[in-house]
Amino acid sequence: MTLHIDIPEETLSGILAKAFRNTAFVTGFVITVLILVMAVISYLWTPYDVTKLIIADKTQGPSLAHWFGTDHFGRDILSMIMVGARNSIAVALVAVGIGMGVGVPLGAFAAARGGLVDEALMRVNDLVFAFPALLSAIMITAIFGPGAVNAIIAIGIFNIPVFARVARAGALAIWPREFILAARAAGKSSTQISIEHVLPNIATLLLVQGTIQFALGILAEAGLSYLGLGAQPPMPSWGRMLFDAQTRMVVAPWMAIFPGMAIVITVLGLNLLGDGIADILDPKSRRQR
Amino acid sequence: MSLLEIDSLSLTIGDTQILKGMELSVAPGEVMGLVGESGSGKSMTALTAMRLLPHAARATGRVTFDGIDILAATEDQMCALRGDDIGMVFQEPMTALNPVKTIGEQVAEGIRWHTKVTRAAAEERARQMLDRVGLPQAKFPLSRYPHELSGGQRQRVVIAIACALKPKLLIADEPTTALDVVLQAQILGLLRDLVAESRMGLLLISHDLAVVTEMADRITILRRGEVMEAGDTARTLSEQLHPYTRQLAQASMHVPARARTHDTSQGKPLIQVEGVTRDYPGRRSSLLKRAAPIRAVDDVSLSMQPGQSVALVGRSGCGKSTLARMILALDRPSSGTIRFRGETITGKSEVELKPARRDMQVVFQDPYGSFDPRQKVEKLVAEPLHVLEKKPTRAERREMVAHALHEVGLDQRDMDKYPHEFSGGQRQRLSIARAIITRPKLVVADEPVSALDVSIRAQILDLFAELNQKLGIAYLFITHDLTVARAITDEVLVMHDGKIVERGKTTEVLDHPQSEAAQALVAAAPDLHRAIARKMQEQG
Repeated sequence: MTLHIDIPEETLSGILAKAFRNTAFVTGFVITVLILVMAVISYLWTPYDVTKLIIADKTQGPSLAHWFGTDHFGRDILSMIMVGARNSIAVALVAVGIGMGVGVPLGAFAAARGGLVDEALMRVNDLVFAFPALLSAIMITAIFGPGAVNAIIAIGIFNIPVFARVARAGALAIWPREFILAARAAGKSSTQISIEHVLPNIATLLLVQGTIQFALGILAEAGLSYLGLGAQPPMPSWGRMLFDAQTRMVVAPWMAIFPGMAIVITVLGLNLLGDGIADILDPKSRRQR
Repeated sequence: MSLLEIDSLSLTIGDTQILKGMELSVAPGEVMGLVGESGSGKSMTALTAMRLLPHAARATGRVTFDGIDILAATEDQMCALRGDDIGMVFQEPMTALNPVKTIGEQVAEGIRWHTKVTRAAAEERARQMLDRVGLPQAKFPLSRYPHELSGGQRQRVVIAIACALKPKLLIADEPTTALDVVLQAQILGLLRDLVAESRMGLLLISHDLAVVTEMADRITILRRGEVMEAGDTARTLSEQLHPYTRQLAQASMHVPARARTHDTSQGKPLIQVEGVTRDYPGRRSSLLKRAAPIRAVDDVSLSMQPGQSVALVGRSGCGKSTLARMILALDRPSSGTIRFRGETITGKSEVELKPARRDMQVVFQDPYGSFDPRQKVEKLVAEPLHVLEKKPTRAERREMVAHALHEVGLDQRDMDKYPHEFSGGQRQRLSIARAIITRPKLVVADEPVSALDVSIRAQILDLFAELNQKLGIAYLFITHDLTVARAITDEVLVMHDGKIVERGKTTEVLDHPQSEAAQALVAAAPDLHRAIARKMQEQG
């Protein structure tokens, strides 16, 4: 007996069409793209030169000439936010990337193997976890010298145990399920099962953790920059701007408000994007929308 | 006068109509059986009576309990009723108890809340109640936690909580579905005694016609939110006037037609299990000491011929699932050997096991848990193809999946759907499609129909029988349900405490059980014929 098959498969354009019906995804996507575009434009053009200090214009409130006001050196805050976006986003994104790229496979592997391997990996994990992240990042940048790249690596390393833990906990909850047993009975190896069955089922968990770590990454970069270990002056970064504003909160609140808003909007955008992607990936939500 | 009176009750959740013109009444001291398949609105009826409906639900009609209009009562009035005058027993004793509180606290909680007595007085009453349900103080002190009890004991605790305040009405929603037949008989006996003692009304909800027939004075048959038939149990089920009643009764006694079986005496055995034992390490009692290991399977030997259908029956926890896993090489025996087609499979690596894997597949009990919710049917059903020597191309793979779906009575277009788009029965068909796609010689089925409604169950049993005839697949059915064993197997093995205590032709063993374990199983198994006959005598 032969059966003729002419079933349309789910195409990429079909998935995209679904994605753009999802409000959370669209909002998050638009915000993220706008921030990225802003960072790219800053390479070509900014309203003012961020390296030029004009003391005469210092701590001016928002006006037509300076939309977001100026800082204590008379630099334009809008221009600084545009330039700072490069640094903050790059640091946070790459740090999350390192954390996910190393931590998730590690956690999934530990859960799949169990026993001594799991125990050993997780104890090493705990060891890294036990150091306060910022303190260790200071240590790393102190050894290898300050700079944006070293800050990224330092923050990234301390994201690894977070993702390893989350991935392992999620995977442990998936492993005893019957469909895993079915896959084992079909002769699949534990690596294959981890990739095909476990990871898609814990993706939502990891995405949510990813957005949290991204926000923490921006803050960590801010902390390092404040200590002079992150992006080097005169290169602005959002974190640095916030810390500079700290002591002038009362006289020049705009110095804190605008970089703060930039961080909040970026994190919000990424959160919405993460939620949206999780929704789209979940087959149960697909046909209901 | 009726205790609970439900009159032209309609219920909608969102746009879905759950109940339509529902009528039901329970008198004091009466057992009312509510029967229906899943999705018929049985549980929603129970939740309406306690007004524990989801927020989106809208109910119209009249529900009166002891003169109180339930649908119009305030939340405070309902709180006073729930647990005091109306008790409820749930299906899953594992999740109905709080794992971090002792059983004493959980039984005493309701007593203290409703009667405002002191803690000591409440505990004294809790102790009496637990004693009444068969958990005496000496063996089961109040300080036990739920995880220290077995499933049947937990259900006794749930019943103790529900009955602690001598409610006027007890609602039991599938109280024995999660238990094996022997425990089921015990729990039903306990419920019957409690009803007789305190003239409680009991609303017993079940999908199992035999259970309801044994217990209920009157019966209400529900289908898609509408009452099909209601009346005295004996009359309703003996006359079977309504076509749906007849359909349900026939489905619960269904035996698939099977042309007589493969000759089993000759040829090389397909599976040989020799002296297999499996120990699990005991609980760690201190840093260095462990309790004695637990022996799940104890020196078991058996053999199966190609094409033969064998049932492995026993109570829950007797080691039958562990044995099945070892046969499937998903678990390693502590000692003994298992041979598949003459080749030893114990202690082999995954790579060496590949040829064996191709010829043995598995069907699990839970049609909801056995599929990855994030993958499409095509990929899920094609999963075992992975062990083939020559990897099929994508087109070939789709062809094979379509063929397998066709064989189990599903549409080939279903391969682009996700598992959640299917009903329970359809999902069980999917797992059978997955099991037969490699044309295996052996399929191990672990309680494959116990989670299904009776009519679906009959269809799935038919499908198993048909595939056995057509493809010559040997089956190992693991079950505690003797009707399944009777319906579809040639030989039966009775397992008890890790040992096989009896074996032989299915009809012989089930009609004339020799061992104590087999006798207990046979005596406890609900049987619709027997139950109707007994009711006829009682009700005249």
